Amino acid sequence: MEDKVILSCKNVKKYFPIKKGIFSRTYAYVKAVDGVDLEIEKGETLGLVGESGCGKTTLGLLLPRLEEPTGGEILMEGHPILRYDQKRLRDIRREMQIIFQDPYSSLNPRKKVGTIIGEPFLIHKLGNKKEMLERIHELLKLVGIRQEHINRYAHEFSGGQRQRIGIARALILNPKLIICDEPVSALDVSIQAQILNLLQDLQEQFHLTFLFISHDLSVVEHISDRIAVMYLGRIVEMAKKEYIYNSPRHPYTEALLSATPVADPSFARKKIILEGDVPSPINPPRGCHFNTRCPKVMDICRQEVPEFTEIARGHLVRCFLWR
Amino acid sequence: MEGKFLGNEIVLQIHGMKTYFFTDMGTVKAVDGLDLAVRTGSTLGIVGESGCGKTVTALSIMRLVPKPAGKIVAGKVIFDGTDLLKLTKSEMRKIRGNKISMIFQEPMTALNPVYRVGDQIAEVISLHQHVSKKEAMERAIEVLKLVKIPSPDIRIKDYPHQMSGGMRQRVMIAIAVSCDPSLVIADEPTTALDVTIQAQVLDLMKRLKEVTNTASILITHDLGVIAENAQEVVVMYAGKAVEYAGVKRLFDNPLHPYTVGMMKCIPWLGAHRDKKSRLPVISGIVPNLYDLPKGCSFAERCREAQGPCWHNQPELVSLEQGHLVRCLKY
Ligand SMILES: Nc1ncnc2c1ncn2[C@@H]1O[C@H](COP(=O)(O)OP(=O)(O)OP(=O)(O)O)[C@@H](O)[C@H]1O
Ligand SMILES: [Mg+2]
Repeated sequence: MEDKVILSCKNVKKYFPIKKGIFSRTYAYVKAVDGVDLEIEKGETLGLVGESGCGKTTLGLLLPRLEEPTGGEILMEGHPILRYDQKRLRDIRREMQIIFQDPYSSLNPRKKVGTIIGEPFLIHKLGNKKEMLERIHELLKLVGIRQEHINRYAHEFSGGQRQRIGIARALILNPKLIICDEPVSALDVSIQAQILNLLQDLQEQFHLTFLFISHDLSVVEHISDRIAVMYLGRIVEMAKKEYIYNSPRHPYTEALLSATPVADPSFARKKIILEGDVPSPINPPRGCHFNTRCPKVMDICRQEVPEFTEIARGHLVRCFLWR
Repeated sequence: MEGKFLGNEIVLQIHGMKTYFFTDMGTVKAVDGLDLAVRTGSTLGIVGESGCGKTVTALSIMRLVPKPAGKIVAGKVIFDGTDLLKLTKSEMRKIRGNKISMIFQEPMTALNPVYRVGDQIAEVISLHQHVSKKEAMERAIEVLKLVKIPSPDIRIKDYPHQMSGGMRQRVMIAIAVSCDPSLVIADEPTTALDVTIQAQVLDLMKRLKEVTNTASILITHDLGVIAENAQEVVVMYAGKAVEYAGVKRLFDNPLHPYTVGMMKCIPWLGAHRDKKSRLPVISGIVPNLYDLPKGCSFAERCREAQGPCWHNQPELVSLEQGHLVRCLKY
């Protein structure tokens, strides 16, 4: 069982201090990630869905330690990476790459495509110049960029092409796990489909594992095997995608499903319209973080934090309704 | 239901509108011959990918096309029996924000950060209606209540940055409806918002429309938002309407290869595709608007393109039940 898992994290937290005044005294914390447990299995796509500010991106940065967690444990193929020094970390980090949301800002527009893709190869000293060029050409072909464009600048490409370049760069180190942070959110729907298909093809060909972060439930449901739903720093529900869609158990998951627009005017349903706004992660509500907007809130929800409980095999929910 | 809307009175009618930008790099035909009509109590959705001319269409109706590069070079925009394109600047100012109002994607850019929201709403009201300052402020509280801002008498003193994105968009809606307009144009009103907040805001707009019977134009790139909120739909591609139909008809029976492709390439919630399946794609990217092909703008991405498509510009042709399509197939 254990070796099916490529990455696991237990009670991972990230609190960003907010400082104030001339002595920069910390007077509060943004609890961006507030105790996350999850396991990613080899070869699967785990979708991580949630609204802006819920901590998805921060969690994605914590896994390869691009941000330092405030607490918790992360195991990458059994390695307790939070206890490793920078040198040991570097070798393991090679196995985990990130593709970012905005292909416009994540690539340096003044760098040439070849330089952008080859950079990680140079940093990790994986071979000589000739080997690098061969590898870059191979990758360009793989992601569907014409090889003669190797000397063009990033700004000369469209959004979709830039995302392809970002993908090639992530692949050059032959990673096992790719964290895709909103990789198609900035793209038009016709281009989005091209990139989603490319990611699926690459996953199949290279047996990649994906953590796919997105705010768009339709996209997540399309590409994932399992889905984790995040709200204000915590994962509130996690299960196979069929369960999430057919039998959501957390009231937030239900609301999210119901709020997602469906491109079918004949599809009649009563929408759950949540009241109010997402509370600030600086001062999240006591107890269950969702209690201020939950249509099914009970007294206990305002007092205690529900445990992340397995209610059926592989279906975990953090809600007092399912104790 | 569609039939009822089709019977309703036309509030705005656009004929052959062309809006071009004359730049150093050449002429951008941002809107290149657009026809549409909006009826009372009905929402016309305009959908299409980035750069297809949706925002420029809205700005053209409002006569807010950025100058000097941008110019409406042809067409008519008939509102209330008059051609807006023929009005003087001051005549247009009386209509803008009063009879036609607009809601933008990013409320932060449309609201003035240094004024309290109550003052901003009251200013719009007193600009167009002969009311006292006090009455304008009372009306501001009323419209904030209408858009369901809690304790509006207190929130009028807020500055825009003190409000959440969803609340700011409600304020924008409040401003837009404050003068009882006959047409509201909303350009991606919920694109910057989270899904649960988007659902709140769209629900609010729907309810308001039911009460006021206002005509509206809803611009979005999201077919889901269109399906759930529009009664009629224009699909735009490279500055032109390529298809125009009632919402049910369009989704049941899309005709233009671009519309068909776009509907197929979006992931459907609940489709439960298995791991091997891939989304059908539209290959390539949108053409460069500086240098549009001679024939159909979609030809180079179209699976069904044939010889004539590369040479002849298709016209928008009318099929049964008000279904229009711009494709040589028909
Ligand atoms: N001020 C301007 N000067 C030159 N070209 C412009 C200007 N404003 C818009 N355009 C061009 O007009 C075309 C249509 O733009 P428009 O903003 O209407 O697209 P859109 O459909 O609203 O796209 P999006 O979905 O990204 O909002 C684009 O090619 C755009 O680059
Ligand atoms: Mg626009």
